[in-house]
Amino acid sequence: MGKSKVRYILYHVLVGGFAILLLYPVIWLLMSSFKVSNEIFITAESLIPMPFTFENYPQGWKGFGGYSFGVFIKNTVIFVAFMLIGHLISCSLIAFGFARLKFIGRGFWFAIMIATLMLPYEVVMIPQYIIFAKLEWLNSLKPLVVPAFFGHPFFIFLLVQFIRTIPRELDEAATIDGCSTFGIYRRIILPLITPALATTAIFTFYWTWDNLLGPVLYLNSPEKYTVSMALNMFLSNETVSNWGAMFAMSIVTLIPVFVIFFIFQRYVVEGISTSGLKG
Amino acid sequence: MSTQLSHNELAPKQPIKKPKLKSRVRRNLTGYFFIGPFVIGFLSFTIIPIIASLYFSFTKYDLFSSPEWIGLDNFQKMFSDDPRYLHSLKITFIYVFGGVPLRLGFALLVAMLLNTASRAVGLYRTMYYLPSLIGGSVAVAIMWRNIFGDDGIINIALMGLGADAVRWFGNPTAALWMLIFLSIWQFGSSMLIFLAGLKSIPKTYYEAASVDGANFWQKFVKITVPMLSPVILFNAIMQTIAAFMTFVPAFIISKGTGGPLDGTLLYSLYLFKQGFEYFNMGYASAMAWIMLIIIAILTSVIFASSRFWVHYESEGGR
Repeated sequence: MGKSKVRYILYHVLVGGFAILLLYPVIWLLMSSFKVSNEIFITAESLIPMPFTFENYPQGWKGFGGYSFGVFIKNTVIFVAFMLIGHLISCSLIAFGFARLKFIGRGFWFAIMIATLMLPYEVVMIPQYIIFAKLEWLNSLKPLVVPAFFGHPFFIFLLVQFIRTIPRELDEAATIDGCSTFGIYRRIILPLITPALATTAIFTFYWTWDNLLGPVLYLNSPEKYTVSMALNMFLSNETVSNWGAMFAMSIVTLIPVFVIFFIFQRYVVEGISTSGLKG
Repeated sequence: MSTQLSHNELAPKQPIKKPKLKSRVRRNLTGYFFIGPFVIGFLSFTIIPIIASLYFSFTKYDLFSSPEWIGLDNFQKMFSDDPRYLHSLKITFIYVFGGVPLRLGFALLVAMLLNTASRAVGLYRTMYYLPSLIGGSVAVAIMWRNIFGDDGIINIALMGLGADAVRWFGNPTAALWMLIFLSIWQFGSSMLIFLAGLKSIPKTYYEAASVDGANFWQKFVKITVPMLSPVILFNAIMQTIAAFMTFVPAFIISKGTGGPLDGTLLYSLYLFKQGFEYFNMGYASAMAWIMLIIIAILTSVIFASSRFWVHYESEGGR
């Protein structure tokens, strides 16, 4: 009894302590955002802000170039919204086609899709940039969001796997009742794959929210910046006493990520454990 | 509908000969209607750019004047006339082969620790996953930059342990390890995958082994690792590819320079700089192709090695 109790305590001290150690930098970032800017590194060893100030938040919210952080958040929300619409519609249609319909070349296109999973973005980055430049799409969201309407291999694969677990008898019953193929997609499959669509939506949000390379390539006027671009600009304009504002806005950009995670934790964990989506 | 009905009434014994061809055409059209977006997207955003990229890799191209064919010069320059390229390749290999095994090792270790019936496991799982969740963001890269600063908490901790403070931004090797630590810190997503894998191993295997007197290490080597090996393989491949393409942390932590002394000039960052800072689009395209080839080789080597260590059960597993 005594021995197992010691083991129990030891386990929690070790596992819990290590978890706190890992999260310490994030806690430090949060607490430092409430410190007076020029004291952050003088009192770096202490977590408690002395004095406690909220000043960094309005300071950082002012943004730069005459655009407040609210503008950058609005831009990012629009970016995310387009990506969500694009991915949810296109990926579910494509996945339904691969999982349920028989047609010539299905195996070929499916193999192609799996192959593009492995293709580094760098290979297509430069020609895509040139194509979008020729289309005069630079300095707009178009190069970033239009491809989303043509599917994303990761999510297509995820949805295909999910649709395959739905019994085909449902489709057959619907066909007998006079349901068209599109009707089966719309009325049978779509409602049943909501968990996988939720996973798609959540990861689309994360990847879009964090996307830096895309905005760095395609957005060059501050009024169009996303939050990740704005933080990058904060860093480039970093002056000796500006840390507080930068930390405060870093925290602001992390909040939606945490909130989404805590609301939809189940989908996130399942999405990663079953399909290896990188979080 | 009505014609089909009358057809059936007239000749019930020999149905569907003609409609079969028609329905086959229709079936194919329906199929391509659904996967159409993928096919169009693949042709316009993937295959055309791939062909263009291959062409550019044999040219000198600055985006403003038209591409000039120079044959293999770009590739030749990379390996004989550009020490920065070779350096970038070298530190990327250090980053990948230093980071990925440590990250997977940590992930497996923590997954095994969390594979118990304790009620706190859900909380711990979340806590260990959080770094991975936020790890790709600019905010975290900024945080990392600051905790490794000269007066940052890492140096405070080091001095507290009696070690010397490290000038992480003054020394290229230290700066690279700062990036590797950031990658290891984000072991959470691999841990979740391992945890799911561990949960699917039947408990009876361990019980049988215990009855036979196997110790912890024997169970680990003879049961856990073989049963988990397909998942380890999958993780190793995905993480290696992702690590090779790492861009954001190197870009943010070095403020886009790849410094100090090119210490954090990872492959993707150097490619980006060649393309969009120096406008050597041809050279950058050639770099992208070498990257693709390296990733293909790494993946096939890991795959080829898998027959010696990956164990597939006839059923179950992955």
